Amino acid sequence: MDKDIESLREKFLNKEFDEVTFKLDEQRIAEYAKVCGEIAKKFIDPTNEKFQATPTFVSTLVGSRGLPEDFPKPPGMAMDAGKYVEWIAPILGGATLVGKSHLHDIYTKTGRSGRMIFLVTRMELFDGNTHVANADTRTVFRESSNG
Amino acid sequence: MQILGQYLGKAVMDNQVQTIKDVEFGLELPSFLPDTSLENVKRHGKFVGWGTGRFVDHQIARDQGFSGAIIPGVMSQGFLGAMIHRWAPNAIIRSIDTIFRAPVFVDQAYGINGVVTDIDEERSTIEIDITITNERNETRVFGTATLYFPDSDP
Repeated sequence: MDKDIESLREKFLNKEFDEVTFKLDEQRIAEYAKVCGEIAKKFIDPTNEKFQATPTFVSTLVGSRGLPEDFPKPPGMAMDAGKYVEWIAPILGGATLVGKSHLHDIYTKTGRSGRMIFLVTRMELFDGNTHVANADTRTVFRESSNG
Repeated sequence: MQILGQYLGKAVMDNQVQTIKDVEFGLELPSFLPDTSLENVKRHGKFVGWGTGRFVDHQIARDQGFSGAIIPGVMSQGFLGAMIHRWAPNAIIRSIDTIFRAPVFVDQAYGINGVVTDIDEERSTIEIDITITNERNETRVFGTATLYFPDSDP
């Protein structure tokens, strides 16, 4: 592993850097499900007794910052490289969630166009004391091959 | 419109699985065509987010180097989740990982696809490889999902 990446991992991995509270609006949950093509009442109808957010809804929750305040900005433009969701328990309309973020992984891949640095930010989501989901955002920075 | 709705509803029902016993290794999930219209992306922007610039305006997206407005990644992930729920309405998506290989463009047709790659009857889980492909059959988004089939609807 490259030394600069090793150093970043040592300093920043698994250290919480952000905490945000989300009051979940039922209409927002239902509209997200509808525009994505869901047809089950429990996802699109807030009056349904089992109404809940689709598992991917948590990907739409954004913290107050994506990286720790003192994290050195990697070179190049940031691109959204992917999203991962781990569903643990149903998220109900009207719930208040607390999202706690940390850097979960830092790694590189090298291609013809140079090195790419991947940062994985994980937001752990809690409804009271219940851990309901994890939402990862994978961001890639492309370094130029000629520096 | 109502007749079409009834037909589509029946088509969905005919292709559904209810329990893990209905699932076969290698089975391809019924693909569905997501609504990638500018109107739908604007609606996502209004109620959920990502309602600015490159997502809702073709010209702004072109100015940024894209060939047109792009679908937000969270919406692409939602299309994949919707395909799974349409096919297996009783299953719970325990995890879903999506890798955004290339942009998915607004107002273009895409297929939302899945294929069963593993079945674990003891744990009542299955794994699915998932993709979003364009009309040239190029993969724009790919990933995996793990589904759990509970005894009763959660």
